[in-house]
This record gives sequence, C-alpha cells and structure tokens, in this order.
Amino acid sequence: MAEMKVGEVIRQPLPQAVNGTKSTPKQEFWRKFKKQKMALAAGFFVVILFILGIIGPFIAPFGAAEFDYDHILEGPSAAHWAGTDAYGRDIFSRILIGTRLSLFVSLLSVFLGSVGGTILGLISGYYGKWIDNLIMRFCDILFAFPGILLAIGIIAILGPGLGNVVIAISIFSVPIFARIVRSSTLQVKATVYVEATRSIGAKPRRIIWKHIFPGTLSSIIVNFTMRLGTAILTAASLSFLGLGAQPPSPEWGAMLSGGRDYLNNAPHVTFFPGLAIFLTVLAFNLFGDGLRDALDPKIKD
Amino acid sequence: MEAPLVEVKNLKKYFPKNKGLFGGKKFFVKAVDDVSFTIKKGETLGLVGESGCGKSTTGRMLMRLLDPTEGQILFEGNEISSLNDNQIRDIRKEFQMVFQDPYASLNPRMKVSDIIAEPLIVHGYPKEKREERVQHLLEVVGLNAYHADRFPHEFSGGQRQRIGIARALAVNPKLIVADEPVSALDVSIQSQILNLLKDLQEEFNLTYLFIAHDLSVVEHISDRVGVMYLGKIVELADKDNLYKEPLHPYTKALLSAVPVPNPRLKRERIILTGDIPSPSNPPSGCTFHTRCPFAMEECKKVVPQLKEISDRHFVSCHLY
Repeated sequence: MAEMKVGEVIRQPLPQAVNGTKSTPKQEFWRKFKKQKMALAAGFFVVILFILGIIGPFIAPFGAAEFDYDHILEGPSAAHWAGTDAYGRDIFSRILIGTRLSLFVSLLSVFLGSVGGTILGLISGYYGKWIDNLIMRFCDILFAFPGILLAIGIIAILGPGLGNVVIAISIFSVPIFARIVRSSTLQVKATVYVEATRSIGAKPRRIIWKHIFPGTLSSIIVNFTMRLGTAILTAASLSFLGLGAQPPSPEWGAMLSGGRDYLNNAPHVTFFPGLAIFLTVLAFNLFGDGLRDALDPKIKD
Repeated sequence: MEAPLVEVKNLKKYFPKNKGLFGGKKFFVKAVDDVSFTIKKGETLGLVGESGCGKSTTGRMLMRLLDPTEGQILFEGNEISSLNDNQIRDIRKEFQMVFQDPYASLNPRMKVSDIIAEPLIVHGYPKEKREERVQHLLEVVGLNAYHADRFPHEFSGGQRQRIGIARALAVNPKLIVADEPVSALDVSIQSQILNLLKDLQEEFNLTYLFIAHDLSVVEHISDRVGVMYLGKIVELADKDNLYKEPLHPYTKALLSAVPVPNPRLKRERIILTGDIPSPSNPPSGCTFHTRCPFAMEECKKVVPQLKEISDRHFVSCHLY
C-alpha cells in the first residue's frame, strides 16, 4: 500500500458492502428465541401437545369409554400407564384423547377473545376521544370481576356445557386484548410512517390494517400464547365444577372432578389429569415468556 | 400576475396546555403566531429558523396534518384550511410531504414497492400500471428497479430519503413540503439529495416549501427565503437579497454564524446572548427584543408588522 499514489487509491474500486450484516426481523427473532432454553423446551412441548391433539385418539391404547370392571382404580402398570379410574377406564388413554378437547376449547376461546379485543383496541386507540372512553370503561367493568367468577356468571346465564365455556372464556379475554392492543396502537400511531400515510391521503381503515395492526401483532401473539394456558386452566376449573364438559367426556377438569371421591385410596386418578393440566399451562406460559423476550424490541441481547 | 399556488394568511397554531391538577388555568403554546406568505408555482420557498420556532408546525398545517387554530390556507385559490378530513383526502394528491427522518418515515414492515405504490392505491391509480410506475419512480430518484423487492432496513439513509421522495412524487403532486429532508443525512449525501430535488423540480415543474435550519442548504435550493423566529416570520425576501443585505437583526446574526471555509477571512460576528424565549410566554412587543442588540424602547411595546422595505423584501422590525 505504501508505494501507491493518492490518485491510484482513489481509482481503486470501493470495497463491496458486506451483505447480511442486517438480518431480517424473522432471523433476528429466531436468534433471540433459540437462546432461551426454557422457552425452547416449552415450545417443543407445545408442538408435541398439538400433534397429540391431532393424532391422540388414534394412538391411544384404549378407548375413552372402554369400561373394564375387572380392573377398577388400579395404579400405574405396564398395561395401564397411568392406572385406571372407578369404571376401569385407562386414564392415560383418556388424557391423550382429552388433549384435543382442552386445546380446542382454549384455542377457540382465546382466538375469539383476541379477535374481539383486537378490533376494540384498534378502534379505541386510533380514534380516541369518546369512543376510546366508552370502550375502555366497558373493559374496566369486565376487569372488575375476577375471571373465573365472570365465567361462572356467564355460564349461569347460558347454562352449562363446553360451548358456553368457550363463550365465557372468550368474553373475559376481550378486555385483556383490548387494553394491550390499544396501548400498542397508541405507540404505532405516533410514528412518522403513520403520519406519512395520513399525508398521502389514506383512509383510516387502510392506516389501521396496513400500518398499525402489523405493529401490534407481536404483542397480540405473545398474549395469545400466555392466555392459552389460562384458558386451559379456566376450562378445566369450570369442568371440575360441573359447569363445562360433562362427566363421560375425557376433559381433564372433568376427570379431576371424577377422581375426587377416591383421592385417599387412588390418588393417581386425580394426579395424572392434574399433571397434564399443570405441564400444559406451564409450557404455554414459558413459551409465551420466551416469545415476549424475543419479540420485544426494548430487550436487547 | 399569476395567482400564487399557495397563499397562507394569518396562520396561527396554539397548542393548549393545562396547568394545575384540575386544568383550571389554561394557557397556550404559540407555536405559529400569525404567519402569512405565498408560494408561486414552480418556485422554492425556504423556511429557516432555530428549532422550536414553528417552521415544522407551519409545514404540517400546510399539509393539513395539523389543524390551524386560526387563519387560512389557499391552494390554487381554494381554501383548504376549513375542509374536514374526508373532504381533504382527495385533494391530498396535489401536495405531498418529504419527512425529516428517513429511518422513521418508512414502514419497516413493508417492501419498497408497497411503500411507493401506496399513494397510487389510495388515489385509485390503475392496478396494471402500478408496477411500471413504481419502477419508473425508482429510476427517477436514482435507485434501481430491482430495489423494489427490498425492505427499508436494507438501505442507507440517503437511499431511504430517495424512497421517501419517490413516494411523494408518485401521484404527481404540485407542491412538495420538504421538512428538513437532509438534516438527518451525512453532508456528502445532503448535496446529492438537494441536487435530486432541484432536478426533479425542473423535470416535473414542482413547487417546494423547503424547511431547514441550515442556511447554506436553504441558500442552495431556494428562490425565496423566510426567516422565522418564535412562531413569526421576521424577514421574507428573494434569496440573493436576503443573503447579500439582510435587514432584520436576527437574520444578520444567523448569517454571521454560518461557517465560512476560509480561516483567514475576518468578519464581524453578531453573537446573540440569552436563550430563545419560551413560546408559551413570548416577550411583549417584538418577540426578538430580549436578544436584539439594537432594541429600542418601542420594541418592547409595539408588535412590528411585516413591511415591504424594498422590492419583495419584507421585514418586521422597527428599525426600518
């Protein structure tokens, strides 16, 4: 380099910019997410749960309503991995079959709740003024009730049954999503690119769906996962109380309730459905935590 | 004489601010206080001033992103300041804006082609011609057609600002409000963008309202320059007039602060003392009297009006 003249240096082509220094948001997300071992394990468990939810009934060694009065309240054995209940039904098979029910109920109810809450939150945050006040005060009213009490109240009106559990859970998920989406909406609304879109002459509907909604999506996804765990727990609680799934169905909460009378001499009847609920809720919460840490731009490495 | 493209009359913007727990006493931040100017078709009006003097607020009101508290904005003779959001939407294609921060003004989740196509979609440009138009626009602003499929974060500041300019040009506007379009860029890139804006002006017969705090940038691009201080225009003149013989003491002080690339040149510098007063409680009379080296008794009491001293040279100062 030393003998090069200035003119030569200038005539040298500039070094090419190194490509790939800036990763796409997706790569960035994965880089952050895979660092969290707990969340990764939880995510893996969640994936298995969903697979079981789909294929569970086909791989279960026994049917959900296969009575066997020769083997009642038996503890775990090679034939019955989690033992049998008071009617001789295989608990392990019932848990496998019940996975679909629990996941379906929680997914559907949280989905309905998030759709409602997102729409309300977007409207509330974007338009502000009286409509914001109206929606947020309505949410405050719903917030004033403890979740499970509100769900019981709704079921008292609609009557017991799994369908009504879905409605009850989705109703009390609405204000939670509404509030979270509203706060992200306020944030995104204040950005220059939203102002730029406004200056172009775009209609509010376009600004909300094309610009603001994608900006709130990450917080919606995080909360969706977190709420799934709570929804499973609430659905199980309601079924335990006899307000949700009715006894013959292999719903985890209903199974817990069915084993209650034999708690002293056959604890496995309640233990295994309880364990299933516990692990599932824990996995969804840990997974949600991991997603939050990976998606939150404020948390840097 | 041809009617001006834009006519701003006595424009005011007061931001209300509540004081006290119960908001009992209301006072106002006078961001823009009685500003009037006109912009002719095809010319560039530069607005300069310190930060907080209301130049961006003026630009945003012109874009109808903010509603004026008082006053009128006439665009091609039609009043646009009293139209509501729905009525203004269709006229918006006539005036577009280039923003200060090229990193914040582009949606990071959208492809460049979608960003530039957005005004086309909003204003009903035929769907089949959109792609062609986007590619054409990219080439007009000095980018390549293959950039269309990339995301904003893959570009440098100068390139992003070019994307912002392409977006503003998409619907063939007559007026472009450029709010400090180069102040976030490196000096070497600044001149590229300024020259691009000049070339585009010639090619598409554009009219600019160019907002900046850098006097040399404004000198380069403007035909006329308005100097703002605390929400008011203190001097408004043709570029050559203003730079050769500034009249208002504030303009003189500003111009004397522009660095000259000659270390041996001796020149008189006017150094202003004190800080810029708060626009929520501006000084009485001439708002500049607290810092003006030539302040007289009259300046504290009487608000000076914008007067035409010589040909198209307006000053609001009691000295003249």
